[in-house]
Amino acid sequence: MPVQSPPASSPALAIERLVKQFPVRRRRRGPDRTADAVQAVDGLSLTARHGEITALLGPNGAGKTTTLECAQGLQRPSAGTVRLLGRDPWRADPDLRARVGVMLQDGGLPQAVRPLELLRHVASLYRSPRDMGELVERLGINSFDRTVVRRLSGGQRQRVALAAALAGSPEVLFLDEPSAGMDPQSRNIVFDLVQQLRREGVCIILTTHLLDDAQRLADQVYIVDHGRVMAQGSVAELVAPGADAPAVLALTLAPEQLDAGPFPWEGPGFEDVRASRSGRTVTLTGPLTPALLEAVTRWFTATGTLPESLSLQPRTLEDVFLDISGREIR
Amino acid sequence: MTAPAQPRATPPRSDPAPLARRVAAQARYEALTMLRNGEQLLLLVILPLMALVALTLTDLLDASVPAGASRVDVAVPGVLALCVLSNAFSGQGIQTGFDRRYGVLRFLSTTPLGRGGLIAGKLLAIVAVLAVQYVLVAALGAALGWRPDPAAVLVSVPVLLLGAAAFTGLGLLLAGTVRAEATLAVTNLVWVLLAAVGGTLFPSRTLPESLAWLVDLLPSGALGSALRETFLTGAPSLLPVLVLAVWASAAWAGAVRWFRWS
Repeated sequence: MPVQSPPASSPALAIERLVKQFPVRRRRRGPDRTADAVQAVDGLSLTARHGEITALLGPNGAGKTTTLECAQGLQRPSAGTVRLLGRDPWRADPDLRARVGVMLQDGGLPQAVRPLELLRHVASLYRSPRDMGELVERLGINSFDRTVVRRLSGGQRQRVALAAALAGSPEVLFLDEPSAGMDPQSRNIVFDLVQQLRREGVCIILTTHLLDDAQRLADQVYIVDHGRVMAQGSVAELVAPGADAPAVLALTLAPEQLDAGPFPWEGPGFEDVRASRSGRTVTLTGPLTPALLEAVTRWFTATGTLPESLSLQPRTLEDVFLDISGREIR
Repeated sequence: MTAPAQPRATPPRSDPAPLARRVAAQARYEALTMLRNGEQLLLLVILPLMALVALTLTDLLDASVPAGASRVDVAVPGVLALCVLSNAFSGQGIQTGFDRRYGVLRFLSTTPLGRGGLIAGKLLAIVAVLAVQYVLVAALGAALGWRPDPAAVLVSVPVLLLGAAAFTGLGLLLAGTVRAEATLAVTNLVWVLLAAVGGTLFPSRTLPESLAWLVDLLPSGALGSALRETFLTGAPSLLPVLVLAVWASAAWAGAVRWFRWS
């Protein structure tokens, strides 16, 4: 007996104040043995809708995969609630699992089978599976179908894992680090397909530590670190210059300018401007004003040389991420 | 149908295949994967058949052949016990160990198959492979002069299944708790040991007295004697059946308690 679906306008996935702790078993024995726990997810809330791509962006170890595993029913939350298509994924029955596709970070593929054989098997678990022939051709899997999974490249395995996740035409699709190990060509193929699925109304939730993935694909980005949401919004919202989030002024100094300090941004009136230098490249963020630009160009007049490059740039997701976490994302 | 508040389409709802079809598909997949793997095939079929030929043509078993029976009558039940060991313990243990290591168990548990369907599929695959093994051993045995009592063949089925239950539990317990490479090494080593001195191919009575009672309490020794008694006297005695039941219960309790899916 199928359970009534929630109204179409409700989110496909709703996570509220999710906490997941893993016990750490200390090797030491005796009375001072303590039961420590690692807090992988620490009060994370997230909403993902049909027809949208939601990205969890963060460095390795930020808690992205654990969050996904709680949403997929692979881990039981320590606290908080997870509703997947209106139901509790930890108690998912075959009806719910048939509506959800999962591509695991490590692929989750058996090693000794050929791709088509595996995909046909996965498809047979659904009442009316997707036409795998079309999918296999689209993902270019037929070009390596004679090869067992063990001998495939990382990108080829990812494509097989994606096809397996799509075997049942899911309404919700989880992709854990989909572009890991993929060459640019595979990535384009996969991203095109993911975008088509979004147009068809599939709710897609992906994790990535690549800013470019999130920038290219995501409708909604959750920047995650230390198991918490550090910022959320569309890419446009996140990179929009606000009072405390201006654009970036990037300079590449000519070699002879390197010792011509003090630099104009170190002068009075620009105390809030942040300068970061790497080699001859200087990146200025903070309150960027016409006065700053004028001071910079006047300084070039004084030194009598031009910089190698000078540009005002919109913020990228990377700037946002660095602002928020102060950590390199790789 | 699109609700007005929902401008984007919602994909049509996907349904699982019926339970029986899911489990049958998994069983078929598991059994074919096992039978197609060269090393597994060696363990499952080729080595047991070679053992059957060797035991029938040499005089190794002569001391254990009762009056009115021939070598092949003693050899076939022992080889069947070895088949259970190859299949339920080594074969499925190794396969499950590597499936766990590569995340296959986690992936399949997110599909409509689920954890329950996955285990059911594995059990059914073991039974299917056991049927193939039985047919091949019986055919070769018949060629070597084996003429079993049809009633004994019937009784041997539940005995084999009880043995398979015990060894599957042990195989899953191992596969679900240690690394895949360790499972591979341990199952192969145990297979060799139990084939040689575990009371499968050779009755425990052929071993020194101090070892024989221990071997009788092993699942391999119990299965070997239960099968030999079935074919030589018509029914197994209580002790080996009891030993197998205890091993099966303990192994499954341990597997349920300690099996890790990732």
